[in-house]
Formats: sequence, structure tokens, C-alpha cells
Amino acid sequence: MKQGFYTVIENKQIADSTYLIRLSGDNSETGRPGTFVNIRLEGFYLRRPLSVCDSSSDTLTLIYKVVGEGTEALAATPAGAMLDLLTGLGNGYDTTVLNNNSRPLLVGGGCGSPPLYLLAKTLIRAGVPVVIILGFNRQSEVFFEEEFRALGADVTITTADGSHGRRGFVTDAMGDIKYDYIFACGPEPMLRAVYERSGNIPGQFSFEERMACGFGVCMGCSCRTKYGPRRICRDGPVLAKEEIIW
Amino acid sequence: MVDTKVTLCGIELDNPVIPASGTFGYGHEFAELYDINILGTFSFKGTTQNPRFGNPTPRVAEVPGGMLNSVGLQNPGVRAVIEEELPRLERVFKKPVMANISGFSPEEYESVAAELSECEQIGWIEVNISCPNVHGGGIAFGTDPAQAAEVVRWVRRAAKKPLIIKLSPNVTDICEIAKRCEAEGADALSLINTLVGMQIDLKTNKPVLANMVGGYSGPGIFPVALRMVYQVYKSVSIPLIGMGGVSSAEDVLKMMAAGATAVQVGSANLINPYACRDIIADLPRVMEKYGVGSLRELTGAAHR
Repeated sequence: MKQGFYTVIENKQIADSTYLIRLSGDNSETGRPGTFVNIRLEGFYLRRPLSVCDSSSDTLTLIYKVVGEGTEALAATPAGAMLDLLTGLGNGYDTTVLNNNSRPLLVGGGCGSPPLYLLAKTLIRAGVPVVIILGFNRQSEVFFEEEFRALGADVTITTADGSHGRRGFVTDAMGDIKYDYIFACGPEPMLRAVYERSGNIPGQFSFEERMACGFGVCMGCSCRTKYGPRRICRDGPVLAKEEIIW
Repeated sequence: MVDTKVTLCGIELDNPVIPASGTFGYGHEFAELYDINILGTFSFKGTTQNPRFGNPTPRVAEVPGGMLNSVGLQNPGVRAVIEEELPRLERVFKKPVMANISGFSPEEYESVAAELSECEQIGWIEVNISCPNVHGGGIAFGTDPAQAAEVVRWVRRAAKKPLIIKLSPNVTDICEIAKRCEAEGADALSLINTLVGMQIDLKTNKPVLANMVGGYSGPGIFPVALRMVYQVYKSVSIPLIGMGGVSSAEDVLKMMAAGATAVQVGSANLINPYACRDIIADLPRVMEKYGVGSLRELTGAAHR
């Protein structure tokens, strides 16, 4: 974990209630894909945790949905503003379990898709082919379809109302794909459906929970697992499939 | 040169700054960030007889001036604390640590206090009496003078360390409870614990916390805490540890002027992991600014 100040380079709407913010700063410790940052916002006491969509040594890209007053304030933050961030939070996805013969499937739901971008990029760079299913409610919520394709991923989009891509849920598209490992991030009902649909295939699932500190001391975000209580912010947000209790 | 040293129940502290229980774990997350030996001491996560997961999530919420929590005393239980946490802590923290304990019956408090009393690393035992009494209809021990006194009586028998009772502010007259605790043999009092609060999500018209209510902490409660420390200082003659929304070196000085011998910092650690380090670094500057040569002489200045 590291505390640092970042400058907003751009902050723009990319889909319904969905924004992309690009920040510049010393970003040497954001860690592996699936980690998150905790952002301090003027006028709010608690920081707001957001997953990392993409990062380099000096830039950070986050995609977030406006869901309340905090994210509304973030959406109103102009380019040039400075933000106080805690970075490199959480465990992230462990990609060392894969090799060049692995056939991972990535499944993202709505604003749970962003961390899969850096994951896909990391896997593709390591020579692992990436197949990804991204689920949304409707066309106006879809984002990053082309960006994922540009990485070289095989992308399927599903929308619940059929207004874009394949009609239905992400699990409806899973039957057509051969895979031996699964990475998922999204709302809990989606995660559970993906968990069940993927049967005995191992994987890693990224969870979300309301949290205060983001670095493992307040115990606000704990969840139960087969191996005992885990802090989503520090022992997670990524849990191994075999430890999950629904 | 200013003097930041204070003495708490016979143990000298380099400075009065103590991270509050529940905001500092058992120390090692912060030890990765800075040398925690700069602290006066810290109060470790509230520990019970058995491991506890606590309440269902969501169990934290944003509110004006701070936050609510309904964590519900998640902890690994006293055996794991003694066998795992304390040996790990010993490698990074060389000072006496404050053991914060909780219980759901007077017997549980006594037994946890007895076990922790055997640990050399522990300097003080701080008793959280804001837990519900399972045998007393669930009412918090700390909100009833007779029940608070009973807990102190049981723990006093077992505790071989200075005994600090952490008072609840959710009472009509905190001074009455403070006096009862003193009469039963408490060596010091910490105040205040969190205030009971609620937050509602207008999108659902339901409380944000799964537990409905939670403890309010943060800068919003500082004036309430300051007032209670001021009042209790006049009611008892044992030392006080002031806490509740303390976020700056100025707040530390105000708490001490109101009557505190030492000061705990809670929620501030959660939003700025370096809060205590920064406050300690800032103390000499603020002391000089207000002409305070020695912090120990500041205690109770507001009453003189």
C-alpha cells in the first residue's frame, strides 16, 4: 500500500452512469490485476474504493458507476484536480497458476468488468489466450468492448434485454466455451451463477463489500470462507473458488 | 524543547497518543507502514473469550462528520491473541501494549482479563463495557451503573495490570457511572466509546447497516467527547484517557486541557493510515504555538 497524490488527466462518461477517470502520479506500487485504490473526496469522511482498470508506472485508469453521493462528487471532479489515493490495496488475481496451455475464461458483469481489463492485458502479454464474456443490462451500459478486442481477447457481450450482443446473462454464453480456469468479477448474484455454472473448474472470484479503511484494520468488510473469516479489502477482494461460501 | 511525556497508571509514555481499539488491529498492518514504536502505546482490537465473526455486512457507513460501524467485535479469541498475535507483535513493538477486552457476561470479562494478565507485553487492561449482557436482557453493561460496577468488580479480581474502564456515552449521566467504576477499583477511565447512530439509504428507505444501528465515530463526536471528559474529570480523581473524533495535535491538546492524561485516536487511522504518526510529529509545533512546555502539566488546565 502507498499513499499518494494523483492529478486527474481526464474524467468522462463512457456509458450510462459509468465514468472513466485517468490519473497521473507515482504509480509504482499498484500491484497486480484485481487490486484497488481508495480515494479521498472533499466533503466525505470515508474514502471510496475503486478497482484498477489499467495502470502503468505513472498512470492509473479507473472505471466507476455513479451509485451515490460519493461517486457523484467524483464524477464532478475536473481534469487538473488533485486526488489523495491509497493504492496497491487488496490481493488481486494470481496469474501464476496459469501457463501457456491454460484456457482461462474471464467473466465480468457491469461495473465489475474493469479489473478484468488489466487481467486480460497481463495474460495476453504472457502468451495466454483470453476469452471473455461481459454482461450488461442493456446496450447503453456497454463499455470497453472494443478496448478488450484491441488487446486481442475473444469478446462476447451479453445484454439482459438483447439490445446488444447476445440476449441473456453471462452464464447463457458460458456453455459454448471450452475453458479450464475461470476469473470473475461482478455483482454477487452473477458471481454465484458463474460459480455454479462453472462446476468443478477452478478459478478466482473478486468480491465487493462496503469498507472503511481498505487496508485490513477496521474489519468492516469481513466475509466468511471455508478457511475462516477473510477481509475483502486485504485478504481479498479476490477469493479462490474453493474457499467461497455463498 | 517541549516535553511530550506523560505517565499513565505508573507507566511512562513518550507521548500521549494511543491508537484506539478497533482501528489498529493487533498492530502489524501499521507496522508495515511506519515504526509504531513512536506511539505512546496502542490499544489492540477488542478481544473476547471465543473467536467472533461479528455482525452481518454491510457494517460500516458514511455519515456527516464521520462513520458508523456495527462490526460487532470480530476477533480471533483470547487464545489466538496470546499464542499468535502477541508473539508477532513483539517483533515490531517494544513497548507495553494496551489490551482491550470485551465480554458478554461478568464471568467472560474476568476470564479474559485473567488470561491476558499473564502476558508480559501487556501494560494495561482496557475494558469495553459497551457490550450487551446476554444474561441481562441484552442491555449494555456500560449503560447501567449497577451492571457496570459488577463488571469492574469481576475484572478487578482477575486483572494484575492497571485496569482502565472504557465508558459508553449512551447514558443519561456518565459521571455517575464513572464514579461507580472508580469506587469498584478502576485505575483509569477511557471515554468516550461510540455514540449509537443510524444511516438510511433513500434509494431503498432502509438502514444502510445490516444491524440497523451502529457506533458513530469521527470528528462529529469530538465536542461531545470533550464535554464528557471535562465533566468526568470533575467527578473522579483517577486518570482519564480522552477519545472521540480526535484527528489532530490540536485535538490532543484540547482533550488534555479538558482533563485527559492520554488521548486515543480512532477513526482518523482508517482514513489516513499515517494519522497517529502525523499527529505525533505535529505535537511539538502545536505545543510551542500555544506555549505548552510540558504536556503532563496541561491535563485539566481548563478547570484551573
